[in-house]
Amino acid sequence: MIDLNMPEKVETMQNNMKNLARSMFRPISRKYDEAEHEYPKELDFFRNLPIMNKPKKKDPAKAAAPKKPSGDEASAKLGANLGLIFSTEALCWGDAALLLSLPNAGLGNAALLAVGTDEQIERFGKKWIAMAITEPQSGSDSGSICTTAALDGDEWVLNGEKIFVTCAERSDAVVVWATVDKAAGKAGVKSFLVEKGTPGFKLEKLEHKLGIRASDTGTFLLNNCRIPKNNILGSAEVKQGTEGFKGVMKTFDNTRPLVAAMANGIAAAAIDFLKEQLEKSGAKLDYKQNVHNLDSVEKAYYRMEAELEAMRLLTWRAAWMADNQQSNNLEASMSKAKAGRMATLITQEVCDICGPLGFSRKYLAEKWMRDSKIMDIFEGTGQIQHLIVARNVLKLNSSELR
Amino acid sequence: MLDFSISKEQKMIKSEIAKLVKNLVVDNAHEMDETGEIQAETIQAIWEMGVSTAGVPEEFGGMGPGGSPLDTALILEELACGDMAVAVAATLPSLFIQPLLQFGTPEQQNKYLPMYCGEKYKPCTLAVNEPHFRFDAVDLKTTATPANGGYALNGEKCFVPLARRAEHIMVAASLEGKNQLFILESGAPGMRIGEREKNLGLYGLQTSEIELTDCQVEADALLGAAKGCDYDRILQRTRIGLCALATGVCRASFEFVRKYAKERVQFGEPIAHRQSVAFMIAEMAYEVDAIRLLTWKAASRLAAGLDAGRESYLAKLYAGEKAMKICDYGVQVLGGHGYVRDYPVERYYRNSRGISILEAMAIV
Repeated sequence: MIDLNMPEKVETMQNNMKNLARSMFRPISRKYDEAEHEYPKELDFFRNLPIMNKPKKKDPAKAAAPKKPSGDEASAKLGANLGLIFSTEALCWGDAALLLSLPNAGLGNAALLAVGTDEQIERFGKKWIAMAITEPQSGSDSGSICTTAALDGDEWVLNGEKIFVTCAERSDAVVVWATVDKAAGKAGVKSFLVEKGTPGFKLEKLEHKLGIRASDTGTFLLNNCRIPKNNILGSAEVKQGTEGFKGVMKTFDNTRPLVAAMANGIAAAAIDFLKEQLEKSGAKLDYKQNVHNLDSVEKAYYRMEAELEAMRLLTWRAAWMADNQQSNNLEASMSKAKAGRMATLITQEVCDICGPLGFSRKYLAEKWMRDSKIMDIFEGTGQIQHLIVARNVLKLNSSELR
Repeated sequence: MLDFSISKEQKMIKSEIAKLVKNLVVDNAHEMDETGEIQAETIQAIWEMGVSTAGVPEEFGGMGPGGSPLDTALILEELACGDMAVAVAATLPSLFIQPLLQFGTPEQQNKYLPMYCGEKYKPCTLAVNEPHFRFDAVDLKTTATPANGGYALNGEKCFVPLARRAEHIMVAASLEGKNQLFILESGAPGMRIGEREKNLGLYGLQTSEIELTDCQVEADALLGAAKGCDYDRILQRTRIGLCALATGVCRASFEFVRKYAKERVQFGEPIAHRQSVAFMIAEMAYEVDAIRLLTWKAASRLAAGLDAGRESYLAKLYAGEKAMKICDYGVQVLGGHGYVRDYPVERYYRNSRGISILEAMAIV
C-alpha cells in the first residue's frame, strides 16, 4: 500500500549521516578543493568502517531464487539500495568529491560485487577498485571502445588508453573494459581486473577539473599489459552475444540512482545555504501564501524545494524498486535525467541569488555549482538518460530512435 | 516503511474507475467540452461508485469506512485522465461533505450529511476563489462580521462549480482575521449568483460568480459553530486533490502524444524517431511521475494524521508549473493538429493552466 512517509528510524539514520558529513566532510571541503589531487588523509578514518559495503561471499542458492519480501518483511526492513541512497545524499550534502574519495568504495568495487566470481571477490574484495571505461574516442558510445584484450596462453594482453577514471591514483586495482573482438561490437566488450603495479599499466596523468577537484580523475595507458587469464571479470568463458555487455550495463541501473542521490545532496546543500541567508534576512517561510505574492527570492526558494522533492522521490522510487526485485531500468534513468539537470540549475540559481556570497570562495556555494555539473554528465549524460527514457516509453530500439 | 506500490485493493479501485471512465467519459469528453454539458447519467454513475460517500458514516447515508486520501488521489487521477471537468463535477459534493465531516458540529452533520449522501447525486459546493488580481486563498477579501446574532458576509467569489444548481454553498470568508467556512443557502438575501462564467478551460463545468452584499446568516451557519474549523487543513486537502487532478490531465496528454508520435509519419519516419520530439515525451513521462509522487507524499502525511502544509504547498507549486509545461509539449508534438479542437491536447493545455490558479476544485 502506498506510503511515502519516512519512518522515524530512517529519519534518524539520515540525520546521523548528515551530522557525519557536517563534522567530517564540511571542515575539509574547501581544503581539498583548493589542493587538487592531495590525498585526503582524514578519510582514512573510513577504511574498514561498517558503513562501507563489505564484500560478501555470494550464496548460490540465494542468488538463484531471490526472495520477494512479504508485506511485513518489506515494511520492516530498509532495503540496501535505498539505504545507500540515503547515505549517499547525506554525504554529498557534505562533499561529493570526498564521497568519491572514500577508500574501497570505487565503481569497480560495485562491479566486482555484481558480476565477480566468488574467487575474484575473495582475491580483490578488500582492494580499492576503480572502473575504466571511457576512452578519448569513446564516451557515451561505450560499445565502441578500442582497448583490446587478446588471449595469449594463460594471460590476457591489454592495449589501449583509458581516460576520466575516478580514483585513478588512489585505487589498488582497476576494472578495465576492453574488447576481445572489435568486429563483434558490444558483444566483444568484456571487463578485466588489473592490479596496480602490473607492468604495462601506467597512470599517465591526473585531470584538472571544473569541480569535484578532491576526487582524483586520471588517464591510464595500457601497453602490452599482461594479466592472469582468470582476471576476466565474471565467468572466464567468453560468452557469445551481448549478454556480458548488458550485464555490466545492468550495474548502471543501480548506480544511476546513486548519481541522482549525489546530485540531490549537492542541491540540498545549496538550498539549505539559501534558506539560511533568507532566514537571516528576516524572511518567514510559512508555506501558505500565494507564491506570486512573495518576493522573487522567496518564490525561487519554494520552487527549488519543490524540485528537490521531485528529484528525491524519483530517486527513492528507483532504489525501492531495486530492493523489491523490480526491473528499474526506466525509473533509474528517469531519476538521473531529472536530478542531474535540476541540481545543475538549482546550484546555478543559488549562486546567482546569493550574489557576492555565490561568487566568493569564502563560501561553498560556488563549489557546489562546480561540483553539481558533473552529475548531469558522468555515468550516462542527461541526453543519454533522456534517450533511454524515450526509447522505453515509446518502445523504440536504438536504431529507430537515435 | 517507504512503499511505492499500490495495494491490491487500491488496484481494484483504480481499475473500476478506469473502466467507468473508459465507457462513459473518454469518448464523450470532446462533446462535453464543446457543448458545455456533462451528461447527468455519467455524473450519477460515478456517484454510485461511492467516491464522495466513502468515509462518511452509514448513519448519515454514507458508505462507512473508506475514503483514505491515497485512495481518493488514485480515483481523482483516473477521473481527470478521462476529463478534468467531469472529475470536478462528479466529486463536487465532497468539497461540501468533507469539511462537514471533519469540522461540523453534530447538529450541522445531522442536518446536511443525509441531504447530500443519498443514492442520487445532489449538487452542493464550496466557494473559495475570488476574482481579483493577486488573489490568495489564505488572504481572503470576503469577510464575515458578527451582526444580529449571526454574521453578515460581504465579498465576491468566482469559479464556484455548479453554484446555480446547488442548494447549499459553503463559503470561505475571513472572520475577525481568521479564515472560516460558512454554510449558505442558495438564494439567501444578499446573495447574488451570477450567470454561468466563461473560462479558459473546464468548458463542461458550470461555474459562477457569487456576490455577497450584507448577506445575513445565523450563528450556526459557521462551520464548527463557535469553534470554527481548521481552514488551513482543508486547504491542504483541496490542494492535494488538485495535484491528483493534475496527474490525471498530464497523464492523458502524455499517453495521447506517446501514441500519436509513433503513428504520425513525416520525412519517411514516425516523428517519435526524432530526438527533439522524443525528448519532450521523455520529459512528460517523468514529470507526470514526479507530480504523482509529490501528490502521494502529501497524501501519505494526511493518511497518517500528520500536518501536510509544507508538502501540499510544494506539491501544488510543482504540479501547477509542470502541468502547464507537460500539456504545452502535448500540443507541440501534434503541430498544427494540436491547435484544433478535434484533438484533445488543446483541451488538456487549457485545463492544465487551471492547476496553478484554481483553488478548491477537489478534495482528498
